Amino acid sequence: MEAADTVRVAEPTPAPQTTASTPAPPVVLSARNVTISYGGVPAIRDVTMDIHQHEITALIGPSGCGKSTLLRAFNRTNDLIPGATMRGTITYWGQDLYDKRVDPVEVRRRIGMVFQKPNPFPKSIRDNILFGPKVTGLDVDPDEIVESSLRRAALWDEVKDKLDQSAYSLSGGQQQRLCIARAIAVGPDVILMDEPCSALDPVATARIEDLMRELARQYTIVIVTHNMQQAARVSDRCAFFTTEVATDEGGDRRSGRLIEYDLTDTIFKNPSDPRTEDYVTGRFG
Amino acid sequence: MVSTPARVAARAVDDLRAPRGRTRRERAFAALLVAASAVALVVLGVLVVDVLVDGLGRLNLSLLTSYTSRFAERTGFRAGITGTISLMVLVALFAFPLGLGAAVYLEEFAPRTRFNRFVEANINNLAGVPSVVYGLLGSAVFVHVLGFGRSLLSGALTLSLLVLPVIIVAAREALRAVPQSIRAAGLALGATPLQTVVHQVIPAALPGALTGTILALSRAIGETAPLLVVGALFSRRADSEPWFPLEAFSALPVQIYQYIGYPQEEFQVGVASAGIIVLLVLLLGMNSVAIVLRARYARRW
Repeated sequence: MEAADTVRVAEPTPAPQTTASTPAPPVVLSARNVTISYGGVPAIRDVTMDIHQHEITALIGPSGCGKSTLLRAFNRTNDLIPGATMRGTITYWGQDLYDKRVDPVEVRRRIGMVFQKPNPFPKSIRDNILFGPKVTGLDVDPDEIVESSLRRAALWDEVKDKLDQSAYSLSGGQQQRLCIARAIAVGPDVILMDEPCSALDPVATARIEDLMRELARQYTIVIVTHNMQQAARVSDRCAFFTTEVATDEGGDRRSGRLIEYDLTDTIFKNPSDPRTEDYVTGRFG
Repeated sequence: MVSTPARVAARAVDDLRAPRGRTRRERAFAALLVAASAVALVVLGVLVVDVLVDGLGRLNLSLLTSYTSRFAERTGFRAGITGTISLMVLVALFAFPLGLGAAVYLEEFAPRTRFNRFVEANINNLAGVPSVVYGLLGSAVFVHVLGFGRSLLSGALTLSLLVLPVIIVAAREALRAVPQSIRAAGLALGATPLQTVVHQVIPAALPGALTGTILALSRAIGETAPLLVVGALFSRRADSEPWFPLEAFSALPVQIYQYIGYPQEEFQVGVASAGIIVLLVLLLGMNSVAIVLRARYARRW
């Protein structure tokens, strides 16, 4: 669980960087020619990208470009949506996530998820943390896991005296950190975050961003965000998606496409595609 | 005409007044609505007052603790009260787990097939089937085929069938009110769908489901027809506490029904009305429990 800090290399630094200048950390998740459709209509098309260990990868792009859909595909949450189908392959440490023998529940135990709106259970703070370890059968000391998870989510000092109070007594930002703490408690490898700050004020957002940088030492994080500054501040790598009219299958169906994927610095300072530049400079989207 | 500020202001006040006809129509409609609710309330009020006037004089402790008697002043509802309470306990034990289980299956697990939609539609239809039909069903199945006889068990099972559709509908509503984000959260933490439902969704829906169940029970508490068909007794044979489910039993509404049929006015008016008061108190008690439950566990999301 305790992974070496040295693996993490791609910190966004002011110095100009190119993809080739540093060896990339090992690949955790890898999407190859992934197309995801809802009821036969593709939401996102032909995505090929790698997620690297102990990095924060941001998925950015205008609404409806399929970034959340792709994010959900990484822990098989799309399976739960009726009519959702996937083509292509997604591998996790080289294993096909969509292999028939793979149990989606096991996948989600390793690849956790934090949602757009804080969604604590209507129970005490302690019970929120303990639910995951309990159902996944982790053999841990309850008090210890509660404290360590809350500490890692930078929430311990604020809630240590009221662990038995309802999670709803917390502020929105605290609730979201509780959701992160809850996700950490099951000991995941990857944490997917679907616009985790969109319901929060700037102060709470800043806290979550600090927390993400901290968590990236131990976990691999993929985040969907509409907030370009957030992607620039927090991520190591950045994938830009946009919607395009599909030409290959006829009709004028719009679907999401990966336009450019590179180190965050490159995406924001020296993008190779004009559409990326337009988007990150705010000329479109 | 020169438009001075004063003139503009005067005209503005005129413009801002509601047109006459509209105000009148609004008021007339509001009055109609008040009248509609008043009719229901007044009728209920008259009924309650009438029952209280007739029954209060006969209401005393011996009425609650005595068995039936040929004499109006010595008779009592003991068998009916214990029978009704036993019935309600058994019905709750049978119908709540069944109803919640069916609701959980339909709401959380059943695939959206044509057959399942058909089942769902018919559960809603069952809630509207006349209760005497359930009585006939209970008489055929429980009393005769299964051989439970004219017993408390047969009565309880029949009433359970009667309230089951209502409980299923209420429990499904309660489950539907649990936000999807709770389920997503459970699954994202590596819980199986079953674990998510058992540990998070059902507890969150329980207050709503319980409230619905109690309200369904308070409908069942006054049911007379199915119990008469199944064979609730009004005789010396029922004059015992039917703590054993295969014993003969009576129930409050059945006893009230019988007393109303008596030729003597002391029974027809006094005793029957007093019985209705007892039944009303039981019913209000159950409804209060439902209200307390709802207030206590009201959840915000």
